[in-house]
Amino acid sequence: MNMHTTPQRTLAETALIDAFGERLSLLPGDGAVMLKRDDAIEAIKGGLPTRRIESWHYTDLRRLLTSVPDFDPAAVAKAIAPIVEDSSVLPVLNGVSSAKLPDIEGVAVQRLSEKLTDGSIAPGLDPYGTDDAIGALNTAFVADGYFVDIADGAELEKPLELQNLQAGGQTHVRLAVRVGAGAKAVIVERQAGEGAALVSSVSQLVLGEGAEVTWLIVQEQPDTATHLAQFKAHLGKNSKLTLFVMNAGGKLVRQEVVVRTTGEGADFTLRGINLLAGDTHTDVTMVLDHGVPHTASTEVIRNVVTGKARGVFQGRINVHQYAQKTNAKMACNTLLLSDDGEFSTKPELEIFADDVVCGHGATVTEIDHSHLFYLMARGIDEKTARGLLVKAFVAEVIEELDDEAIVEALERRLDDWFLTHG
Amino acid sequence: MLEIKNLHARIVDDGTEIIRGLNLTVRAGEVAAIMGPNGSGKSTLSYILAGREDYEVTEGDILYDGQSILEMDPAERATAGIFLAFQYPMEIPGVATMEFLKVAMNEQRKARGEEPLKIPEFLKRVKEAAASLNMDMAMLKRPLNVGFSGGEKKRAEILQMKLLEPKLCVLDETDSGLDIDALKIVADGVNTLRSPDRAIVVITHYQRLLQYIVPDTVHVLYRGQVIKSGDKSLALDLEANGYAGVIGQAA
Repeated sequence: MNMHTTPQRTLAETALIDAFGERLSLLPGDGAVMLKRDDAIEAIKGGLPTRRIESWHYTDLRRLLTSVPDFDPAAVAKAIAPIVEDSSVLPVLNGVSSAKLPDIEGVAVQRLSEKLTDGSIAPGLDPYGTDDAIGALNTAFVADGYFVDIADGAELEKPLELQNLQAGGQTHVRLAVRVGAGAKAVIVERQAGEGAALVSSVSQLVLGEGAEVTWLIVQEQPDTATHLAQFKAHLGKNSKLTLFVMNAGGKLVRQEVVVRTTGEGADFTLRGINLLAGDTHTDVTMVLDHGVPHTASTEVIRNVVTGKARGVFQGRINVHQYAQKTNAKMACNTLLLSDDGEFSTKPELEIFADDVVCGHGATVTEIDHSHLFYLMARGIDEKTARGLLVKAFVAEVIEELDDEAIVEALERRLDDWFLTHG
Repeated sequence: MLEIKNLHARIVDDGTEIIRGLNLTVRAGEVAAIMGPNGSGKSTLSYILAGREDYEVTEGDILYDGQSILEMDPAERATAGIFLAFQYPMEIPGVATMEFLKVAMNEQRKARGEEPLKIPEFLKRVKEAAASLNMDMAMLKRPLNVGFSGGEKKRAEILQMKLLEPKLCVLDETDSGLDIDALKIVADGVNTLRSPDRAIVVITHYQRLLQYIVPDTVHVLYRGQVIKSGDKSLALDLEANGYAGVIGQAA
């Protein structure tokens, strides 16, 4: 991954390499999987990415990852209530999936630890691109997670909530979901826990023809945790994916979104909110490939920056030469509430087709004073009025999801954040 | 109720003086109309009464119930009972209208030491007020003023005024952008609020609104001063002869 020579390993790099040696005998996997693990740790031996690697320019992982906790087999994480009542919950507790799998009509669930040994998923462990540090870290150490198969035509009545809950130490989890043709589902990916953990979590989603999925990533790690996550999706013909990402925690967070439209008529929507506080670093990096003609995508990212928080959004859209009639729009809006906070936005459009509509925009603003005046002129005190306006700035993105139960659930998560950070 | 004494005020940004020695007294129970040509300082006066920070009072005072309000922020003035119906109400995406109404009503109750309204009572009040203004409740489910037509925004302002029950109502060009039917509904809404312990200041460019909200006093504002005061006949006179005559007399 990182081609320049690194004369001296950092503490974190050394800790990861040592941990691999120690963990190896415990890691599940057949021969093919174990070979992928070897490749992955070799990549890490080459050094964690630095700011000299373009895709890591704003998140110098080698510098920012100052320490790596040991694995903690004694740590106990508990399942939590799902964000939408009555959801089907699949918990991964401190890196271990549940032995008792739920019985959901039209859904087949397997523990990933078992899938890793049956020879079927080794190709999915390959890195994407040349600088895939999160993919490498996860492939080297992943021990469990879930493999979920939603049958063709199945329409899930209730959301499926995949919980990745840590209680310190290291956890490396993979959540793979295949959604069959014409199937419909709401999937919640919940990332939370406590302690100074290092978490790597990779989600893989394949959408069959005409499948429709709303996938919500709700990340609420404590401000002591490092959270390195990746969401990868392939969108088949006429399929529709709405991905919602909410970052509301974590000390060092990178959420990568890697999406490829592989079938005509595929439609991708990304909505993201980053609620940034304290002395934290949060990076959302998207790489979207429009690989076939007649596909559409829109991305809207809203950021609230307080304290000394730093945020990053990188949005790369590749429109391949053959991908005519692509329609892609991207916007990143930041509400900067403190002088010490910062947000970096980097849109990148690489377009090789000549008949496309693509655009991007970015804004950084403070609270609109005329809006504040209006609310105060109705007797709402300044602090409450500011709170309403900040919440409104991000709530707008949530309301677009247009599903009452989901909107209410996410607004509760939002209220929770404002309660502790307002 | 409202006493403005030798008020001078300027725009903070560029120092332009807009209000230049304005005197005005409005008693409880009175409906006072403030008229004047464009640029005379009418809207500025309304913003200064509400406490907008873009303007700075350099001289004089504003007394409300005998107390100066110059040191009070907009929220404190509002909870004390001052209400400005905006000429151009702000569209605030993401703030649900009902949520806004509930917060505003309860914040004001809290400031007066009253219990927050229970949800059914709140809904009942909103429904009644909306019905009296011919407003569809569906409209109130939208974000505050977003996608409202000009007339809907004005009605929403009067709705807020009815719900908040202020003691001093300032209506800034509430007639602009209203067709005749909407104007009648809005004027009826204002008229129901007339009471012996409430004062209403109606700022308008045209006499038209004053056919429906009949004022007790009429004041002509020109270059930041009240240059002439009279009863409702003054408004008719202005309508017939324009501002030029009055301005000429004062000059």
